[in-house]
Amino acid sequence: MNQKTLAAAFPVTVPVLMGYLAIGMAFGLMLQSIGYGVGWAALMSLLIYAGSGQYLGVSLLAAGASLTQVAFLTLMVNFRHLVYGLSMLEKFRGMGPRKLYMIFSLTDETYALLSSAKAPEGVDEHDFFFLVALLDQSYWVLGSAIGSLLGSALGFDTTGVDFAMTALFLVIAVGQWKSAGSHLPALLGGAATLASLLAAGAEDMLLPALAVIVIALTLLRPRLDPDWNREEEKSCP
Amino acid sequence: MPLTPAQTLAAIAVMAGVTFLTRALPFLLFDRGDHPPKLVLYLGRVLPPAIIAMLIVYCLKGVTFPALGGWAPPLIAGLAAVLLHLWKGNDLISIFGATVLYMVLVQGVFA
Repeated sequence: MNQKTLAAAFPVTVPVLMGYLAIGMAFGLMLQSIGYGVGWAALMSLLIYAGSGQYLGVSLLAAGASLTQVAFLTLMVNFRHLVYGLSMLEKFRGMGPRKLYMIFSLTDETYALLSSAKAPEGVDEHDFFFLVALLDQSYWVLGSAIGSLLGSALGFDTTGVDFAMTALFLVIAVGQWKSAGSHLPALLGGAATLASLLAAGAEDMLLPALAVIVIALTLLRPRLDPDWNREEEKSCP
Repeated sequence: MPLTPAQTLAAIAVMAGVTFLTRALPFLLFDRGDHPPKLVLYLGRVLPPAIIAMLIVYCLKGVTFPALGGWAPPLIAGLAAVLLHLWKGNDLISIFGATVLYMVLVQGVFA
């Protein structure tokens, strides 16, 4: 790893620098508003390192949620990460011990950078990936700490700052909507959850909603999966 | 701080563990050179939009009717997030703009 790698990796991470400083600061502010100082903010950003997961974490800490609730809701919020790894299997192969950190640090933003960015000529690809991931997390930790310190220094009314989580999901949804081949999964997810909210109530809505979504999407596979027919043909030799 | 420091540390450890697990699972299951089952790849493609839609509804579960203050702030700020994002396409502007607007609405306009 050298200057050249840094010179290649840093420009790629600048959008994440701005985003993470801002969203990290909002996290630090929120955590501060429920009584946890800068040490807690930095600790969570070092160990958990998940944007929406940590926003959720603030709500869970504020509500004094049980560890079972914490585990289940964290799983729900981070469920999409199960998918990210699938597209990184090849990229991370042969990275040795650093691979563990690459897996740990696979956030939405780092995933987005790594799936599109390429190491320039003469720069080791694995060094480049590692540095992109490391820079991203350093912005996140820094943003959280700044937000926490600002919150305690200014002491302003943070009521409503938790809307950042809703806004984050909406922003992700807009991006997905624009690039999706079919809008059926998104509409199905919204409708199933709304039905579950009305049937099961706000406390227990997520598990039934998720079950309906997975079952419905599995049943809809002939319609939604372009590979479905080809696979059918192949399975009859 | 409704929890003790020890309880908080336990909650943070669970969040960190579960988050790492969701990121590591594909590698644990499929990082052996062979291809993951087609159904898994398919679900991997179609689940994320459905899950995000689920989480949006979950975030809005506290909306109440008919009092204006119960539903107007999330509706207005939510629309602002979507429109800002369609217009500028910048995560930072969309999330921050919508959140600040929401804070103004709940603290000032509909307080």
